[in-house]
Amino acid sequence: MIFKKKSRKSRLHKKGWKDWLFDIAIYGIAILMIVLILYPLWFIIIASFSNPSDVAKGNVWFWPKDWSLDGYVELFKQEVIWRGYLNTILYTVVGTLIALAVNIPAGYALSRKDLFGRKWLAVFYIIPMFVSGGLVPTYLVVKYFGLLDTFWVMVVPFSVSCYNIIVARTFFNTSIPADLWEAAQMDGCGTLRYFFTIVLPLSKAILAVIGLWTAVGIWNSWFNALIYITDEKLQPLQLILRRILITNESLLGAATGDLAAELRRLSDMMKYAAIVVSTAPIMCLYPFLQKYFNQGVMIGAIKE
Amino acid sequence: MSKSVVSESLPKAIVPVDPKGSKKLKQFKKSIPLFILLFPSLILLICFAYIPMYGIVLAFKDYSPALGIWGSPWVGFKHFIQYFNSYQFGITLKNTLNISLYSILVGFPLPIALAILCNQMRLMLFRKFFQVTIYLPHFISTMVMCGMILIFLSPSNGLVANFLKLFDIHMPNILSNPSMFSSVYVWSDVWQHVGWDSIIYLAALSTIDPTYYEAATMDGASRLQKIIHIELPLLLPTTMILLILRAGGILSVGFEKVLLLQNPLNLAGSEIISTYVYKVGLQSFQYSLSTAIGLFNTVVNLAVLLLVNWISKKLTNISLF
Repeated sequence: MIFKKKSRKSRLHKKGWKDWLFDIAIYGIAILMIVLILYPLWFIIIASFSNPSDVAKGNVWFWPKDWSLDGYVELFKQEVIWRGYLNTILYTVVGTLIALAVNIPAGYALSRKDLFGRKWLAVFYIIPMFVSGGLVPTYLVVKYFGLLDTFWVMVVPFSVSCYNIIVARTFFNTSIPADLWEAAQMDGCGTLRYFFTIVLPLSKAILAVIGLWTAVGIWNSWFNALIYITDEKLQPLQLILRRILITNESLLGAATGDLAAELRRLSDMMKYAAIVVSTAPIMCLYPFLQKYFNQGVMIGAIKE
Repeated sequence: MSKSVVSESLPKAIVPVDPKGSKKLKQFKKSIPLFILLFPSLILLICFAYIPMYGIVLAFKDYSPALGIWGSPWVGFKHFIQYFNSYQFGITLKNTLNISLYSILVGFPLPIALAILCNQMRLMLFRKFFQVTIYLPHFISTMVMCGMILIFLSPSNGLVANFLKLFDIHMPNILSNPSMFSSVYVWSDVWQHVGWDSIIYLAALSTIDPTYYEAATMDGASRLQKIIHIELPLLLPTTMILLILRAGGILSVGFEKVLLLQNPLNLAGSEIISTYVYKVGLQSFQYSLSTAIGLFNTVVNLAVLLLVNWISKKLTNISLF
């Protein structure tokens, strides 16, 4: 570490004009990108706190104008939002736990060299990554199992992720020394006990990676709910957002005359508020958890 | 413990079965705890991945709910022919290929360039901040992303329209223009995912042996030369693998986003195979036709994957299998 710092310093001293130009170009592009990414996000936030007619006229650029919380107030008055939020939290928590319980043990079993029929099983787990039955056959199977319009359809049938299993397998292969199993065996420890009492405590990193990936995926997913759930009581937040943002349905009801203009104003504000409310949890947590998200990509990149 | 040893060794001693078979049986018995760990995922995969694969036979049958999958009559390639002859075939295939190739052309090289750019930064604090920022949009849901696109591109009072107004430029209605659809799709995707997609290349760059750079410095190579002659060649294996995988999804464009951004006005440029499968299957309930179109999609994807994999193996000796 000390060496690196020194060499960086000496390089700074030797910088020629070409190097300066190069650096200016690099940091210039980087700053431009940061602005291009952060500004739209910032705009959504300030627009959600501003008077919507100012937003529409283009008077809001860098700071909220005519501070108002009306959008949030109206949004939270809607019962569907609360129910959607609650449903999404339940789906995320239960779905993530189920996914971990299904995928992590599978990853471990596949990492063991002495697994009977290991090669064939690996193929069995890889095929679904490239081939799928398609929309209609899958729908019919889910229907056949009587899972339509149930809580469980959102958390059980598609909890297996072959990709995550392979990532977990790679992790176990590279991070848990094989000697450990030999030693445990000598002491008369069986496979299951070894897995639960020795391997799992050593695997917090992979639990975090796969857990976070799954959680974000479930939080953001909506298509399964669109197909498999018609009961409004079971709809996740993203489907409620669809009504607000995409199909432009007014949750506030219909009205005429002056009231209609007011309703339009409010539903415009609600759009910005809805984006903030649904995305804020992930956006706020992410910078602190970034390490784990990245780690997952790296483990996935190792080819056995 | 000792009991099981006895019972396992006994039959071997008494019955001289072929040693290979008993060895296998023994290995299988030893693997039983592992199969317990595999069990939940095996069952779920069989139920929700492999049984639906069997459901592909629907494509060759005339499905009627009364008769069920088994009882419905075989009709051969009728539904495929119906799709190939339909007016939608040309449109959906063209749009799918258009969006897909466009996004490979733009969305594939940019993360590599970004990783190289990021790797050149020496101010570590700035680099950290830069990375956190460019990864951020990846976590926005497709739904919110599409909502933002609709809000920003609104021709009357969207952010972009208001910005252009400052320069007295009139904003066209981009989202109702079929020929603009692919650009909206591809560039919003770049905005959202370019940072995230660069992680894997950054990881590959971080494994490059520093002695290469030192040797190049000795030879008087400039930074640009180092990028061209060291970093790009060493990124090639990662690039090829990702390109093969990407090619295997040539007909599976991000379906959710297209469905959300579709409207009756841009349909001529936004109806892709997978959205058509959804509409035919789950909105107008032509199960067999929908399955046939879906199967066509899967087969083309697999064929392209294998083809690109084969070409890559011949040219660069890099392949998936």
